[in-house]
Amino acid sequence: MVSKRLLIGILSLFFIAGCGGSSQKESGKPTITIWHWMTDRKASFEELAKKYQEKTGIKVDFQLYAPSDVYSQKVRAAAQGQNLPDIFGILGEKRDFSSFIKAGHVLELTPYMQENNSSWKNFFFPKALEVNEFAQGNSYSVAPGIYGVPIDIMTIQMVYNKGLLKKLGLNPNRPPDTFQDLIEIGKRITDPQIQGFVSGWSELWMIDCFANNYAFNIMGKDKVLATIRGEVPYTDPDWIKVLTLFKDMADSEIITKSVITMVNKTAEQLFATDKAVFAFNGSWCVNVYQGMNPNLNYGVMLPPKASEAYPMAIWGGAGSSFIVNARSRNKEEAVKFLKWFSDRDQQAYLSEATNNLPANKNCLSQIPEVLAQFSKGMDFATHPTVWGVSEFSTVIEAFDKGIQSIILGEKTPLQVAQEVQKVKERELSRKR
Amino acid sequence: MRIKSTLENYLFVTPAVLIFSIFYIIPFIFVFRLGFYDWDGIVPLKDAVFVGLANFKEILFHDPSWWQAMRNASWITLIALTFQNALAFLLALACDREIRMKNFYRVVFFIPPVLSEIVVGMVWRFIINDIDGANMINRLLLQIGLPQLAHSWLSDPKLALNTVAIVHSWKGFGWGFLIFLAGLQTIPRELYEAARVDGAGAWHSFRKITFPMMVPVMVLVGILTVLGTMQAFVLIIGLVGGEFAGHTSVPVLRILACMRDSSRFGYACAQGISFGAILVIISFIQYRFSKERQLKKI
Repeated sequence: MVSKRLLIGILSLFFIAGCGGSSQKESGKPTITIWHWMTDRKASFEELAKKYQEKTGIKVDFQLYAPSDVYSQKVRAAAQGQNLPDIFGILGEKRDFSSFIKAGHVLELTPYMQENNSSWKNFFFPKALEVNEFAQGNSYSVAPGIYGVPIDIMTIQMVYNKGLLKKLGLNPNRPPDTFQDLIEIGKRITDPQIQGFVSGWSELWMIDCFANNYAFNIMGKDKVLATIRGEVPYTDPDWIKVLTLFKDMADSEIITKSVITMVNKTAEQLFATDKAVFAFNGSWCVNVYQGMNPNLNYGVMLPPKASEAYPMAIWGGAGSSFIVNARSRNKEEAVKFLKWFSDRDQQAYLSEATNNLPANKNCLSQIPEVLAQFSKGMDFATHPTVWGVSEFSTVIEAFDKGIQSIILGEKTPLQVAQEVQKVKERELSRKR
Repeated sequence: MRIKSTLENYLFVTPAVLIFSIFYIIPFIFVFRLGFYDWDGIVPLKDAVFVGLANFKEILFHDPSWWQAMRNASWITLIALTFQNALAFLLALACDREIRMKNFYRVVFFIPPVLSEIVVGMVWRFIINDIDGANMINRLLLQIGLPQLAHSWLSDPKLALNTVAIVHSWKGFGWGFLIFLAGLQTIPRELYEAARVDGAGAWHSFRKITFPMMVPVMVLVGILTVLGTMQAFVLIIGLVGGEFAGHTSVPVLRILACMRDSSRFGYACAQGISFGAILVIISFIQYRFSKERQLKKI
């Protein structure tokens, strides 16, 4: 009898607690929940959340889910269950972003951005905003507009170790200007403990990024996009030239075969510990190198051009963006928070605390020298998410794996080009 | 009364059936169904495009990287079935005898399997890699005057898969060892004593007593080895960072790549179903083989 009463009592307590509503209602203010994967920014985000609560009384709950693969799957699962948080980020290609929009998970921010003579929109570097934007007549069939708020920007460039350049008898302040110069430097390296060029090329996207830079340099944007549209084959001589660059790098031994089993963290360690002359890395590396070796003496450079035909292009734009859940009950509060979050003071704080490039163009004057060098690359920045067309993922995979095979000396550039074109034709015929 | 008793029985079974259905049967049906759709994992399922058998056809006829992954996994499995299990069996035989410190060996041999695969991968990467490791193996080979045997164990495409297979065997032999040891201990000692009285030597006893009685255990270890090895992938990520231009790709890595990198969830489900079916068939063949062998003996 006593235990029955106890059970009823406990159940009643649960019932009352369940009917009582969440703490947000008790205080009359909602709690904004944000999901992110950025482990390096956890403390800074929480600090800003505290400031926002002091200012407005609204609690912001930053929830970290890492690593990024896990985060990505969590967001997709939540999208299926329609239980996404108020604010979240999307990792993936523009095609994935468009799927989220078409499924009704993303609030269009254009009206908010355009309020008061576009005062909010004017916070940002246009290229940072472009990543979150869908233009009129885009190939994804998404209504034109802005769908996300960039919180930082990034550029992926090359870094060079000044001390090692000096050891090789070169001017430490004059990195190679042409691809041929880079190859020649590779030939000078005789110390087996020193790597010429390192990067996390076991991750296919990093190879893709490097190859795309040179594709833009050798054949220009229009021809690259025409290839993606299926109007130019991958067997075109310009694409063969792009693929041959990797063969040249392998032949000159500026890269070793191990570069394709290397994760980027290893590449970062090698560069930070003065064991590599060059690295191909994103602007996030400033924070990483700072943590690994605060005395590292290095500079930032564009990948040295292989052709004079077109300017060198690098991947850049919004590093990470936040998106407002269109189904959230707190969407208006979420938009207000993001507006505050992307304002100058908060962006300057984030940049200083995390060594990331701010998306807000008004606080660039407050960033360290190396970061400023990375930010200069924004003039040359492009990104697949702003091209308006996407290559088939199977084609990208065949292309990147083909490059790995070229580095291993298993296939020639022509063989790889033919194989990639075969995959492309198969995908195009399937689409038709 | 009888109806009440039947209902009671069903009532007791219901929670287990429910849990099994919710966590096994329903997800399996979903995955199976998704194999017939083109779905990116983001749009609502109702908007996924039905493609019939197209995904399965692509796996069978147009996806060489899938079959390369299958070949790689089969090669690792072959090494595990032979080298790893032979090692496990030999060590189990040794520990089944009255040797000194046999309990110590039992513990030591069981340490690798309880370690996390990613840890094993990274530790071995440190041991054998040139660039970000100490490459102790090559150093040792140089010191003992065998420089011709020093290699880039992980970045040479001809060696990478074998290196993966050996490390996998090192990590996995402990399971086989334990099961073999348990099997050996169930063989009545009187049989050996009787054989000895009849003049049988060690080899004869092994051939006529140990081996025949261990066949069911060997089949069990074989099935577990095939299932475990074909599905290995974490160790590969730890050792070589991924597919290494296809040289170390295995089916699970391909499935992951399709889901994560290409957002082709439907195709990944079709791959998962095909892969599962292949594993079931292999296990069934192994089981039938052992059963027939036993029947022949009777």
